Amino acid sequence: MPQLEMGDYAPQIFWLVVTFVALMVIMWSVGLPRIRRVIEARESKISDDLAEAESAKGRAEAALKAYEEALAEARSKAHGVLAEIQAKLSAEADALRAELDADLAARAAEAEERIQETRAQALASLRDVAGDVARAATERLVGTAPSEAAARAAVEASMGEGR
Amino acid sequence: MATTDNGAGHNGDAHHGPLDQFAINRYVEIDLGGFDASFTNSALMMCVTVIIITLLTTVGMGRGRLVPGRMQSIVEMSYEMIARMLGDIVGGRGAQKFFPFVFSLFMFLLLGNVLGLIPYSFTFTSHIIVTLAFALVVFVGVTILAVVIHKHRFLTFFLPPGVPMWMAPLLVPIEVVSYMARPISLSVRLFANMMAGHSILHVFGAFVFVLSFAGVLPFAFIVALYGLELLVAVLQAYVFTILTCLYIRDAIELHH
Repeated sequence: MPQLEMGDYAPQIFWLVVTFVALMVIMWSVGLPRIRRVIEARESKISDDLAEAESAKGRAEAALKAYEEALAEARSKAHGVLAEIQAKLSAEADALRAELDADLAARAAEAEERIQETRAQALASLRDVAGDVARAATERLVGTAPSEAAARAAVEASMGEGR
Repeated sequence: MATTDNGAGHNGDAHHGPLDQFAINRYVEIDLGGFDASFTNSALMMCVTVIIITLLTTVGMGRGRLVPGRMQSIVEMSYEMIARMLGDIVGGRGAQKFFPFVFSLFMFLLLGNVLGLIPYSFTFTSHIIVTLAFALVVFVGVTILAVVIHKHRFLTFFLPPGVPMWMAPLLVPIEVVSYMARPISLSVRLFANMMAGHSILHVFGAFVFVLSFAGVLPFAFIVALYGLELLVAVLQAYVFTILTCLYIRDAIELHH
């Protein structure tokens, strides 16, 4: 069994020590720092990108919030303007209506007054006409015309009864 | 691959038996003041392993792109697997101090195991001396770590708290033996897995030629076994590394 050849032990151990120490020195000084740098660069790149994405998300959320605030503000402002206009319009309409009412009432009162006046005039002329008719009729029937005052009194009296 | 067989009594010829594939061949004889430091097939594979790992972690990483390609993904996955293993088992405080060692250990064993599966190459982890050297480095290092951190309280490791004193004569030897067995189990597990797999592959490879047309059957078996060996190669490197992490945790926390 070649593994038990004592004479071969020395060169194997010698070269094992030489090669393994060389390997460790190379790994320690060149190989491992190089790999570590690459891995760390990748990790920092990934975490940087994640942080970037996080901040972008934050900015987007802030923008959304600002937009919503502006929207709500505009909406409430529009509501205010609308209510104001409505109030103004209804006030104007009320004023117009009141004016119109007053005008109509005044004209109605005036008309009423005129009607009374006309009626009174008509009544007065009715008495005159009735008096004249009564005198003319009496003159035809009796031949003599009663005096104007008597005719009037008679008309007054009959009108008073007719009532 | 021209082999200059200078080593006395070593078989540098074509492979004959299933164990001959594990033979150490000396390419260049080197003598450092009586210490035999010859460049062998084992040393060649170790150098190839180190070169490949170095290329993977430098050229393979390319320009270190943000979205990794295939090579870069493999390197980063190994890196993150070991980092996670250390973080999970040893835990935050000072765990990353051991990272270069544990990462190098895992990559060295992984590449050593996998490269050994290439036909006509050599698996240096199939030699007990290599795995034992690794296991002893881990064992001694972990013991020194525990003594430095806990001073004399390290001895309480062999007598868990809450155990009655009369149990101590029984329990302490068991704990000491199980502690001492760590490097042996660690090294034998890797070495035996590698050696057994390669031996079986060789045996069935011989059947293919012996059985001529019926050799299709052992050949199909070899294909399946090769997949299994690939899994074992990765798994054993992983097991060795995860046990190393567990021993480091034991040294730091001092109770199991």
